[in-house]
Amino acid sequence: MSSPSGRIRVLLVDDHHLFRSGLRAELGDQFEIVGEADDVDTAVAEIARTRPDVVVLDVHLPGGGGQLVIETSLRRHPDIRFLALSVSDAPADVIQVIRAGARGYVTKTVSPDDLATAIRTVHGGDAVFSPRLAGFVLDAFGGNMVDVKDPELDQLTAREREVLRHIARGFTYKEVALRLHLSVKTVETHVSSVLRKLQLSNRHELQRWAADRRMV
Amino acid sequence: MQGSVPDARDVGSCDSCRMTREDRGLFARSQSDRVILGVAGGIGEKLGVDPVLVRFALGAVTIASGLGIVLYLAAWSFSYEPAAGTVAAPPARMSGWRPVVAMGCIVLGSLLVLRDIGLWTGDTFVWPILIAGAGSTIIWFRSDAAGRARWTAAGGRMVADPAGVFTSTSSRLRLVAGGLFVLFGMTVFLFSHQAAGAAETAVIAVAATAGGFALILTPWIFGLVRDATAERRERIRSEERAEIAAHLHDSVLHTLALIQRGDVPAEVASVARRQERELRAWLNGRPILEESDLRSAIDAMATRVEEMHHVPVDTVVVGDIPLDDAGSAIALACQEAAINAARHSGAGRVSVYVEAEPHAIAAYVRDQGLGFDRDLVPSDRRGISESIIGRMRRLGGTASITSNPGEGTEVQMHVPREAP
Repeated sequence: MSSPSGRIRVLLVDDHHLFRSGLRAELGDQFEIVGEADDVDTAVAEIARTRPDVVVLDVHLPGGGGQLVIETSLRRHPDIRFLALSVSDAPADVIQVIRAGARGYVTKTVSPDDLATAIRTVHGGDAVFSPRLAGFVLDAFGGNMVDVKDPELDQLTAREREVLRHIARGFTYKEVALRLHLSVKTVETHVSSVLRKLQLSNRHELQRWAADRRMV
Repeated sequence: MQGSVPDARDVGSCDSCRMTREDRGLFARSQSDRVILGVAGGIGEKLGVDPVLVRFALGAVTIASGLGIVLYLAAWSFSYEPAAGTVAAPPARMSGWRPVVAMGCIVLGSLLVLRDIGLWTGDTFVWPILIAGAGSTIIWFRSDAAGRARWTAAGGRMVADPAGVFTSTSSRLRLVAGGLFVLFGMTVFLFSHQAAGAAETAVIAVAATAGGFALILTPWIFGLVRDATAERRERIRSEERAEIAAHLHDSVLHTLALIQRGDVPAEVASVARRQERELRAWLNGRPILEESDLRSAIDAMATRVEEMHHVPVDTVVVGDIPLDDAGSAIALACQEAAINAARHSGAGRVSVYVEAEPHAIAAYVRDQGLGFDRDLVPSDRRGISESIIGRMRRLGGTASITSNPGEGTEVQMHVPREAP
């Protein structure tokens, strides 16, 4: 449900007041900010009350973390999109929120323009892969992994790998499309399917990969 | 948060341990490798030989004359207890057969001297037990390489066979060979002690069998206990680290991110970025100063470029590999390319992507700046690109540059690496 003005309705979840007000200032003229929350319980309640289109949320939150907000809310409101925003770029954190159901992940140093684009992309139903996230996924699904026992669901196709590689190199979806002679839509489809694999994959290599990197 | 800053505490106690070394003794008793008081472990660490060998030597001398106990206590009085919480530097340990042979000669020589001067419990007692003890030593002699392989395989977790004794092929060989020694020693012992009465023989046989089992199993049990202790200590450390990390995420990293988003001078932003990178590296358990792997080398490269040119350099590295020749070349070439981009492209940031595969490393350095026409390249720029290309060529790799006016520039590098 969009606001009467047709703008995307966004809820901000972050336990740092300064950061929320910064985001509000940056995004306020392009999106309708319907509310703010600073911990897991408030976030879940606010999401249920305001029914935003997109929730922009921090990975680290008092009361259980962004992961818990996503899991709880998605069960009741499967059409709400989540974009994770965090200072953390520890693979374990990133993989966790993505697997919980976030449609994308950007670091807090993202520029306001890129953040706005990311919110629109997520709202449109597509996935947002920062270069870093693309790198993590390539790493986690790495071709040089020792044992690959789960071929049908878990392996990335050569095309998906190619698309991720380009994103990791810093190309936008549009540039990737241009370079690989694909339509932007096709690039988005590839990225979404990677996201789905990441979410559905139950292979423990993924966990082990994160654990091996000794991330917190 | 008492006791949750392990590194600071380590630094503090390091001064005191230097002091105790001068004041109190010749060597530190081992905390990690301890059977009785950690004396043999400490001597082994000090001399750079496997403590099992030291234990064998002390055990042999003890059996021969009881002098071993005196020696042990003397060694204990010359050693000191290291400050709690200090982690000993991993000892540089001699490997191979040399220390084994040397220790064997020392033990044999000492025994002959003891026998000659009469400090001797008896031929029929010492020699068989010595053979059995040698068997036990063969079983429990753990080379560094075997220890490393075990930890890698177990992923640092607790396993049912902590000493790795019953798993690897070479361990099995050692087990069989050592077992035969023990058996042989015990048999010789039995035959040389054939007493008159059948009852006495039976008692000796039972004692010998029990002794044989003890020789085989005791070190294993000690290994279990020791590894459990080490594992627990490691777990506590990592829990502490996780707690600090969570705390820092919520505070310092946030502040650093805020600074970078704000309207601040480029130098301030780049200092914030550098601090953020260092903090992350520390949180992620990677060393900051020594660049032993490709990931750290690329991060360090990015930091240097940022400091020199105040342009953010984003790095993405796929694949964890130690820093080899190919990796070093890639890191240096990336640095040249990134400096080039920072200096000439006018772009607000530079993206570096490095992907390491078993047989090759690929790297891409990209900016979204002015771009250039290859035919109109200023000569200094061509020089730099030649040095990138030359660096790759020397290692059998390739480098190419794609650029169009207005569309930015990308340097692509590819270099083969020797299979790990």
